[in-house]
Amino acid sequence: MGISPVLWQFLERWLNNSALFPREASTIAPYMDALYFFLLGMTVVGVALVATIITVFSLRYRRSVHPVATQIEGSTLLEATWTIIPLGIFLICFVWGALLYFRIYTPPVNSMNIYIVGKQWMWKAEHPGGQHEINALHVPTGQNIQLTMISQDVFHSFSIPDFRIKREVIPGRYSTVWFNATTPGEYHLFCTQYCGTNHSQMIGTITALSPADYKKWTEESTSGMSLAQNGERLFASMGCNACHSGNAAARGPSLAGVYGTTLQLTNGAQVLVNDAYLRDAILNPSQHVTAGYSPIMPTYQGQISEDGLIDLVEYLKNLQTNYRVHQTLTTSESDQAAPITPGVSQP
Amino acid sequence: MSESTILNLPDQSTARVPKRNFITAEDGLLSWLLTGDHKRIAMLYLISITFFFFIGGAFAGLIRLELLTPQPDLVASDTYNKFFTMHGVIMVFLFLVPSVPATLGNFLIPIMLGARDLAFPKINLLSWYLYVVGGVMVIATMVLGGVDTGWTFTTPLSTHYLNTHVITTALAIFVAGFSSIFTGLNFIVTIHRMRCPGMTWFRMPLFVWSNYAASILMVLGTPVLAISLTLVLLERVFGIGVFDPTKGGDPLLFQHLFWFYSHPAVYIMILPGMGVISEVVSTFSRKRVFGYTAVAFSSVAIALFGFFVWEHHMFIMGVSNYSALVFSLLTMLVAVPSAIKIFNWSFTLQKGSITFETPMLYAFGFMGLFTIGGLTGVFLGSLGMDIHLTETYFIVAHFHFVMVGGMLMAFLSGIHFWWPKITGRMYPEAISKLAAVVTFIGFNLTFLPQFILGYLGMPRRYHSYPPEFQILNVMSTAGATVLGIGYLMPIIYLAWSLKYGAVAGNNPWQATGLEWQIQSPPLTENFTEIPIMDHEAYDYDWLEHKTKQEVTTVG
Amino acid sequence: MADTIATTEPAAEHELHEHVFVPQHRHHFETEQQQREAGSFGMWLFLLTEIMFFGGMFFAYLLYRNWYYDAFVVGSNQLSLPLGTANTAVLITSGFFMALSVWAAEVRKRGLLVLLLVLTTLLGIVFLGIKYVEYKEKYELHHIPGEHFDVSEFVNPAAYGITNEKPLPPDMAQKVQLYFFLYFAMTGMHALHMIIGIGLLFWLIARARRGDFSAGYVAPIENFGLYWHFVDIVWLFLFPLLYLINRHPMK
Repeated sequence: MGISPVLWQFLERWLNNSALFPREASTIAPYMDALYFFLLGMTVVGVALVATIITVFSLRYRRSVHPVATQIEGSTLLEATWTIIPLGIFLICFVWGALLYFRIYTPPVNSMNIYIVGKQWMWKAEHPGGQHEINALHVPTGQNIQLTMISQDVFHSFSIPDFRIKREVIPGRYSTVWFNATTPGEYHLFCTQYCGTNHSQMIGTITALSPADYKKWTEESTSGMSLAQNGERLFASMGCNACHSGNAAARGPSLAGVYGTTLQLTNGAQVLVNDAYLRDAILNPSQHVTAGYSPIMPTYQGQISEDGLIDLVEYLKNLQTNYRVHQTLTTSESDQAAPITPGVSQP
Repeated sequence: MSESTILNLPDQSTARVPKRNFITAEDGLLSWLLTGDHKRIAMLYLISITFFFFIGGAFAGLIRLELLTPQPDLVASDTYNKFFTMHGVIMVFLFLVPSVPATLGNFLIPIMLGARDLAFPKINLLSWYLYVVGGVMVIATMVLGGVDTGWTFTTPLSTHYLNTHVITTALAIFVAGFSSIFTGLNFIVTIHRMRCPGMTWFRMPLFVWSNYAASILMVLGTPVLAISLTLVLLERVFGIGVFDPTKGGDPLLFQHLFWFYSHPAVYIMILPGMGVISEVVSTFSRKRVFGYTAVAFSSVAIALFGFFVWEHHMFIMGVSNYSALVFSLLTMLVAVPSAIKIFNWSFTLQKGSITFETPMLYAFGFMGLFTIGGLTGVFLGSLGMDIHLTETYFIVAHFHFVMVGGMLMAFLSGIHFWWPKITGRMYPEAISKLAAVVTFIGFNLTFLPQFILGYLGMPRRYHSYPPEFQILNVMSTAGATVLGIGYLMPIIYLAWSLKYGAVAGNNPWQATGLEWQIQSPPLTENFTEIPIMDHEAYDYDWLEHKTKQEVTTVG
Repeated sequence: MADTIATTEPAAEHELHEHVFVPQHRHHFETEQQQREAGSFGMWLFLLTEIMFFGGMFFAYLLYRNWYYDAFVVGSNQLSLPLGTANTAVLITSGFFMALSVWAAEVRKRGLLVLLLVLTTLLGIVFLGIKYVEYKEKYELHHIPGEHFDVSEFVNPAAYGITNEKPLPPDMAQKVQLYFFLYFAMTGMHALHMIIGIGLLFWLIARARRGDFSAGYVAPIENFGLYWHFVDIVWLFLFPLLYLINRHPMK
């Protein structure tokens, strides 16, 4: 044949390395693909139907064969048919899609939580054990992983096509998504929401490891301090423990075991204490005052980074008793500076 | 008359384009720039939107060229971001929104209704000037260094994180928005108040119906775009924090306001195109449109439902799961009227007497591509599927199938169909058929691979991409080249036909609309006396009867 | 034709003449009535777009008011109720004169029409003047959102001699800025509409003095009246939402 062997080799390699269909690497993927093939089938049938109708009519009623048109006003029966049948199919798509949506966006209760912070133009992943990663995420296979994500600046979007998951990462608000990786391997991580100059560089690699390998990886890459331990330090250094000491006379409510409970607020609302609530309460305390307390807590807006907030949230999540709070407080009391007053924050 | 065409031209040896018509009525540049004549304003629009189409197209070409290789090698990332922003802004606000309504609609709606002009000729001219001011501002942005927000102006990116010319661009869109408000307002008033005697609502051509529906969207939607852009401007200038979460603002509020306009905007773009298809399909199958009332009402239904689906652009953005359910359901409902239209057009062909002139070829292209575009929209409306597909090339392919495959095909179909009416001369048939086929092939080659890329997860607005996506991108770029040729051909042969085209006569297509019963190009006042509509729309028997009578009278 | 005129009443005779002789009748309208109807229909549609335009801001206002209720209460209390009430009265009176102007044009009284239009304009200017006084006060108090915005008065009202106001926690006090942003955006847009309206009024007064509108051609006055009333109505929504709704009784 006329093609030079070098070119041929090049083409062959190129074609072999080309992707046409994403790998199915999570438990969600088969569900997504099933719906995809249904929708694809619907499209192919629909287009084929329209194309056939047009072709058949074009051939049968072309001018040379059918010189005089027969006027037809319409047909309620036919029109009802092509109103109701598409409507029915679309409703199936709706129900199916909705079920899948709820599956992807409702994390199972027993999942392992990893925090993701997005910023222009990188992804930071923080494991509970204190492992930090940039533009990379190591996860074990066969375990439900929940990602709690937030952006430091603009909208980003966290997408792992091979897992078929994606969620917007929003500034000022936690969003979550979960997955369960099935096959060890390396997968693309993309930011899919346009986020400025280096949007296309905001990519990374997801590495799914077998549980044993993952364990090895966590041990090798630990930074020594878990998120909760970092949080405990912050809790003391920001002076949170002065009010949230758990003493009967304390100015702030005790935070031990508060995660997961339902709180009664002064404004009458009942709220479930979750990650988002804890974060909001630190940044906008006056809207989250527990009933029975006065709104004296200052705002920490602009004083703690998103990473710090994650540490605090993770700390409070795991805080079961106030014993260590008391201990820290007693040891630091001697050198404690002036009591913290609600400062006037300047804009 | 041959077997394969309905084309009926006057004897070329004696025929002349009428000496007195709206083009020759007055001379000089000023007579055009200060005109109140809806037909002349339509021509001004046609020239300006064609200009912007090719600028926007050039940006598309540059984007495709960059994506030929996985590496970011042709231009810097900033420049690439400016390319797709300019492509989006120009194509959406300066081409697609005004395309059919401001050119064909402006030219034809008064004539189709039997009126001498639109209700407010001066406002019509004003709307063109606003368009030009908006366009000049966009060009100024381009010259000054461009803008890289993406056409969606997502906050807080656009308000706090970019130092390009966001303000100029936003003002440009604000101004161009008023141009479209005034066009819509003019159409609605004209359709309500200026119909000729006997022209009842259900005798109006479907082109008028669909433009009416689009006008409602323009009048009600565009001001919301104006206010959301105003808020972006204020936020950018004063930094108050309406959209800034650290100051207590809600970054999603902007998207709610923006998509409240920009989703209906999609229907502003496509509805007038659907009107063109109704006219063309009816004419070339010599039959009244199947189920006239259903087609008319489906336009209005699309316009109404179109206002209540905006949140489907935000399914993955942490909106409440239950509001997502409602908006997904409504999205499914808005797909139904489009399906009705497609089937009604298909069945218009049944028992017709079909010929395959260029406008009809483009119309077939429209029906095929719009069906694909519409059905892939169902993918995205289906909540779970949307998670994987949104913000990828799938969505790019989907809206290009609707906007380019649908709207642009309809626009070209309409331009060819009414070209003899507008200029008095025919376009060359053979080469224009070739252009239609080239466009169709080029289009599919460009955008079908993008569906596959989208399911693979390639994100939109990416300057570089993983190497395994290259082959599909190369196909897409190759297709874009073919598509580009397909779009360049018409402008050349249409320009040629202005001087050398065959004289068209009043009614080359034997069509029934009122516009075909007057001379081409029409007189400035359209009708020497206001017509009386004494028959239904698309009444081919009436036309035959009338033609016979004329022959007898003249003979 | 002559017979018809002879047998109709004088008023109807008038009508018939109008169709034929009014110079403002544009060629593309079949009848003068069609032109008038089209004009007012167009104006109504335009006002509909204006409603959508303001609607976006009202939506933002309602959303944030719901989120930051306390801040919005404090913000409301910062506004001067007497000035706001005075402005409402001024604007309603201005609207009343505008309505009278339409009547004056219909009964073809040139002098009266000019006088009423001038009164409408004057009251419009008075409105803007009062608005200016209010804006100036906000400027002096550093209540203009932006770099110089100062929350100390909301955090510690006692230091400013305000006794009937609860102090706001600092994080909530920051949100007063949002209130003021919306206040300035909404009243500013309204004021812009007033300024455009006053500009149009000057033009209408000049034409009215020429006698353009005292010969049966009242459409511009009528349509402008619609616009002016619309601006009034927007204010009638702004006034309670911004000044009244959150206000607690003064001591």
